[in-house]
Amino acid sequence: MKIIIVGCGKVGFTLAEKLNRENHDIILIDNDPNALRSITECVDVMGVTGNGAVYQVQIEAGIADADLMIATTNSDELNMLCCLIAKKAGNCHTVARIRNPEYSSEIKYIREELNLSLAINPELAAAMEISRLLRFPSAIKIDTFARGRIELLKFIVPNHSKLDNLKVMEVSTKLKCNVLICVVERGKKVVIPSGNFELQAGDKIYFIASQKDSMDFFQKVGIVNNGVKSLMIVGGGKLTYYLAKILKDTKIKLKIIELDRERCNELSELLPHAMIIHGDGSDQQLLAEEGLERMEAFASLTGFDEENIMLSLYAASRSNAKLITKVNRTAFEDVVNSLNLGSVIYPKLLTADLILQYVRAMQNSLGSNVETLYRIADDQAEALEFRVGNDAPMVGIPLEKLTLKKNLLVACINRRGRIITPRGKDTMEAGDTVIIVTTNKGLQDLKDILE
Amino acid sequence: MNIAIIIYFLGWILNVEAVLMLLPCITALIYQESSGFYFLITLVICGALGAAITFRKPKNTVFYAKEGFVCVALSWIVLSIFGALPFYLSREIPVFEDALFEVISGFTTTGSSILTDVEALSRCMLLWRSFTHWVGGMGVIVFMLAVLPLAGGGYNMHIMKAESPGPSVGKLVPKVRQTAKILYLLYFGITVTQITLLLLSGMPLFDTICLSFGTAGTGGFGILNDSIASYTYLQQSIITLFMILFGINFNVYYLFLIRKPKDALCCEEARVYIGIIAVSTLIIGFNIRSMYPNLITAFHHAAFQVGTIITTTGFATADFDLWPELSKTILVLLMFCGACAGSTGGGMKVSRILIAVKQVKKELGSLVHPQSVKILRLEGKKLEHNVIRSANGYFLAYALIFAGSVLLISIDQFDFTTNVTAVAATFNNIGPGLAKVGPTCNWSGFSPFSKYIFMFDMLAGRLEIFPMLLLFAPGTWKKGF
Repeated sequence: MKIIIVGCGKVGFTLAEKLNRENHDIILIDNDPNALRSITECVDVMGVTGNGAVYQVQIEAGIADADLMIATTNSDELNMLCCLIAKKAGNCHTVARIRNPEYSSEIKYIREELNLSLAINPELAAAMEISRLLRFPSAIKIDTFARGRIELLKFIVPNHSKLDNLKVMEVSTKLKCNVLICVVERGKKVVIPSGNFELQAGDKIYFIASQKDSMDFFQKVGIVNNGVKSLMIVGGGKLTYYLAKILKDTKIKLKIIELDRERCNELSELLPHAMIIHGDGSDQQLLAEEGLERMEAFASLTGFDEENIMLSLYAASRSNAKLITKVNRTAFEDVVNSLNLGSVIYPKLLTADLILQYVRAMQNSLGSNVETLYRIADDQAEALEFRVGNDAPMVGIPLEKLTLKKNLLVACINRRGRIITPRGKDTMEAGDTVIIVTTNKGLQDLKDILE
Repeated sequence: MNIAIIIYFLGWILNVEAVLMLLPCITALIYQESSGFYFLITLVICGALGAAITFRKPKNTVFYAKEGFVCVALSWIVLSIFGALPFYLSREIPVFEDALFEVISGFTTTGSSILTDVEALSRCMLLWRSFTHWVGGMGVIVFMLAVLPLAGGGYNMHIMKAESPGPSVGKLVPKVRQTAKILYLLYFGITVTQITLLLLSGMPLFDTICLSFGTAGTGGFGILNDSIASYTYLQQSIITLFMILFGINFNVYYLFLIRKPKDALCCEEARVYIGIIAVSTLIIGFNIRSMYPNLITAFHHAAFQVGTIITTTGFATADFDLWPELSKTILVLLMFCGACAGSTGGGMKVSRILIAVKQVKKELGSLVHPQSVKILRLEGKKLEHNVIRSANGYFLAYALIFAGSVLLISIDQFDFTTNVTAVAATFNNIGPGLAKVGPTCNWSGFSPFSKYIFMFDMLAGRLEIFPMLLLFAPGTWKKGF
């Protein structure tokens, strides 16, 4: 597909890089020729200097035959204008980043009137992600397949758990759990484990299961997995606001610590159900006074990455709370991930991921067979959902008889809503959707899984 | 410096060269020539070596701008060394440095020859000589980018930048590979058109193919001792036209292809280029009027010579060494000017000359109005500072290498005109110079040392100087720092 991206910031850069890797033609528009030069030197994309909302610039970038326009500049208004003009100048899908809560509250109207295919709000997306994690605190990350019926969960094997020193094949025999461990991240290595692979404490494991089975699994492994009941948030920005809005209807008790008096007043007005504390979140006495030790979850969502990281580290030393840390800059992802910060949320990467998912879905309607695609374990592995066609060569053949590629796993078969965790005797049938987990990238079709 | 990936890359170059050698092999089969056997040997050597090297991809795939430049420079050297083998092995050119000179002259589309009797070569050798022009014209590596799925990533751009002529390299479409494909398709298309036209004009097939390869790459190897002089005027005119066409930026043709003729006709560089050709032809035409029976003949020869020199092709229909001083001087100046950026021609490129002229104009303006602020524009777009800087850097490096080469060549005791025009002719990838290296002479008189200097000049000229210089910069090879 031919995709035009306006705005060469972090989101634009990440999108360009990933979409280029998926073999799309990318044209970037930005005002700053230096930003464009630095990206065209390391990624195979084309740059056009200019204001993305100018018709002439869009024409130069080739809007006439573009399939998609993604506007991710800093300004909501500019993004909307870009998409509006793109829609008139060419016949393409449009995606805009719109983050202002005032627009966000009427996003449906805006989307319809401007004919946007997708309006994305990074803070709102991050808030959704956090709320999902709060309902499922043992997991670090949750992705969904088959319209939410199947989940791909990531969590760390704790010390002294039953999983420590357990072989992967024993998960079903000893624990009698219907889950499939499909990827293990140990240090920097990413493996698709065979049956004899032995798990260790500290491994980050990804497993696929239906919602019921994963609950069952957590219980048998001995991990308490009740949703949290109390949450302390430091920092009262947009993300906090959206999160509090989402959590309004749950039983989670909220405490928000914010430094700015004015903002406290605003929040108090907007969020009557939450307790707003005016004070400095890095004041240890204040945190102790407000009961940090007894909190079940702690989220550091201030505007400063360093402060968020320090706060989470401090909270980890004082309580057993589920930690959530917001980090804006992605430059030191490795270092940040090696710290004990619980779930780290990168709003910008999340935005890029969501747009990527949209693009992939769009691609599907154009011919490729991938229904859903997630990149997991630091982009080193992929989980793909395929639909099995009538003419697929593997229909009806038991899995143990198929010669699959190395480092590839058939993780799940969804037969008209029934979730099958595949064993050697199981078969794929026409009409099923299957989930494939692999470290071989670039699968386009189901038949690519065969050697 | 990631040596492993560079060697891997060179392995692919050898593979490509093996494939390229198929063409002379087939020619030898058709004409039943035994010298084709030597192409087969070289083909096997290249193929085996290439396959052995590319059998395994190195683990470390780090590839930065530095690696890109070194890769391109080394690729051209490797390509030339193996390309020279058939000449040397078959003893048709018995001295190795002569064979190497001939092939480098081919790949860099220079067209200078050390052969005193071209017609003595076998057909397959002649074809290979001309074919190197065609391959070298658009660039071997651009060709590789077009056909081989060498790991995606951005590093393609580093390579393309190092090989494509011109001050700033733009892509036609977002993907480098797609761009390379379009360029080669255009190149192929125009070449085939020329072959067809020449065939219609009654030229034998073998001649049309060789000459079209020579024209397309703006190379200049002929297959007769008197270059193009013995063909008919019509055939010469067709070649004139196509030489000039191949000197135009290929972006212009792409714009025609995607039906934007208005934008195509607006190309500032191409307009100036055509303008220079027209004015030079006019002046020379009147200047040499008395030497030819009528004005039309005079203009015919003037146009051919201007075309062949400005596009840096180097065919000849007349011995311009005998022309009046004014005409000779204009031709020597055109040698430096060169064709458009993004074409197959060499030289400094019209766009760089334009940038230089505009800079001088701006300096003059700022003397008159010291506080004035003025932005330089090319093709209606603002020239970024780094483009101007790199153009200036190019001029400096160009002048230094030129002076150094003339100095080193002068050891051979030739006259000044010969030395200067010989360096100009190789450094700008033209072919013939004046005096002892004029259109009717050849380069066999130089010492082996001078020949190596010329080889360096040809490669440096074709690759826009810096990739070749980088090979000799100590910092390039230092480990760790």
